[in-house]
Amino acid sequence: MNPGLPRWIYVPAALGALFVVLPLIAIAAKVDWSRFLDLISSESSVTALVLSLKTAGASTVLCVVLGVPMALVLARSGSRVVRWTRPLILLPLVLPPVVGGIALLYAFGRLGLIGKYLDAAGVHIAFSTTAVVLAQTFVSLPFLVIALEGAARTAGSQYEAVAATLGARPTTVWRRVTLPMLAPGLVSGSVLAFARSLGEFGATLTFAGSRQGVTRTLPLEIYLQREADADVAVALSLVLVVVAAVVVLAMGGARFGRGPFEAEGRQ
Amino acid sequence: MWLMRKLMRAVAVVLLLGGVGVSSGCGSDHEKSGPVVNVYAAASLKQVFTELADRYRKDNPGADVQFNFAGSSSLVEQLTQGAKADVFASADANNMTKAAKAGLLAGTPVNFASNTLVIVTRPGNPKQLNNFGDLARPGLNVVVCARQVPCGSATRKVEKIAGVELKPVSEETSVTDVLNKVTSGQADAGVVYQTDARAAGDKVTKVDFPQAVSAVNIYPIGVLKSSADAAAAQRFVDLVTSDAGRQTLARFGFAKP
Repeated sequence: MNPGLPRWIYVPAALGALFVVLPLIAIAAKVDWSRFLDLISSESSVTALVLSLKTAGASTVLCVVLGVPMALVLARSGSRVVRWTRPLILLPLVLPPVVGGIALLYAFGRLGLIGKYLDAAGVHIAFSTTAVVLAQTFVSLPFLVIALEGAARTAGSQYEAVAATLGARPTTVWRRVTLPMLAPGLVSGSVLAFARSLGEFGATLTFAGSRQGVTRTLPLEIYLQREADADVAVALSLVLVVVAAVVVLAMGGARFGRGPFEAEGRQ
Repeated sequence: MWLMRKLMRAVAVVLLLGGVGVSSGCGSDHEKSGPVVNVYAAASLKQVFTELADRYRKDNPGADVQFNFAGSSSLVEQLTQGAKADVFASADANNMTKAAKAGLLAGTPVNFASNTLVIVTRPGNPKQLNNFGDLARPGLNVVVCARQVPCGSATRKVEKIAGVELKPVSEETSVTDVLNKVTSGQADAGVVYQTDARAAGDKVTKVDFPQAVSAVNIYPIGVLKSSADAAAAQRFVDLVTSDAGRQTLARFGFAKP
């Protein structure tokens, strides 16, 4: 318990916690438990879950490959161009996903800015699993970048400077000093990106379409099942809640529990 | 942390703008004094009902009509969960039956319009599709509704009758999504309702097919039990089913029930 905290502050804090937790409990209460296994083990549900895990995994890898260099450049470079680019890169954080989907459509769609050249070259992204991964990466990348950039900023660059004065090349410094120091931030950033990808709905629906086993991820399956059988939708929702919870707990562990934006700074 | 602060500020601005929009919307509502008829209507009725509402306001000075347009099954779910409304207009008989079984209706619903399927292609029909069977041509990007939604079950019916098995690249949750995939050029062709094809104008080319008559979608409308002013609600239903209503519906591509 923090002695400096006024007592009354626990009231709104508890209310906030209740507001977040109550709907999750409501879902669990609404589930038809006697049919739960039947409801979630249909072929279409299992296919959707597997597709969701695969695509979210792929987009997390993409986020790490692209996001780590992005975060470090944003944190370390003093260039004006970099400073002006930052808000643009982080824009998908506050963008409604459906807007992201429309934007992707006009960039990578069959008639899009780049898409028309890709299509002519024989690369067909439309209605493919690649489109799902692109949509998920688009919305998740800023989450990883912002988490990691914050960590890199607070960690400072003194250790890197020391390593460099001791004769290490920039790539060696990066590999031996920078990355290990940012590992916790990287883990929590990846968890955020994975979780965000797992829940992606709007951009996927707008950009990738919906076909079993190819583009119909679990959130799309839930939305579709709501039209036919609400019980299936509720059961699948709970599955998604559980998967997300497992991911957050297992991958992030105690480190994630401390919060991605300030915990890594105090090394 | 600096970045987070900046982000929070941006979020606050967005919320504030949203809030202003909402409150100014409420302001204009207070000026009306008569009854407000709250209509829950299928998304495909948006344009035609908006026009009919203008006429209702003219015929009934002081009265107003407000809409909640969404997928028919979503509307039934909202009503079942206790949403208060005066009129429900469904895009298919199935969802109206659901509403009746849930005890939501004040009387018997009336069928007021019908809608049939049609093929839409890119403008000018570059792939030269002439009938329903052409949709099964290999290498074609065809998009249809998922069979869980009304337009999808109708498409399924046509497939059976035409003896054609489609291999769609996507099965969308709503007919609007199908149309958007075609107008945006992602898909070569899609199966939508006549009314959607008409609303899309010259952004698509329409290809009629004879099997469409075997899967006619009927639109029923009815007054709800939760209506605070059943007479005002009934006047809106009467307008929709009147000759003037029929004519307006026909202009938007709806056929007689």
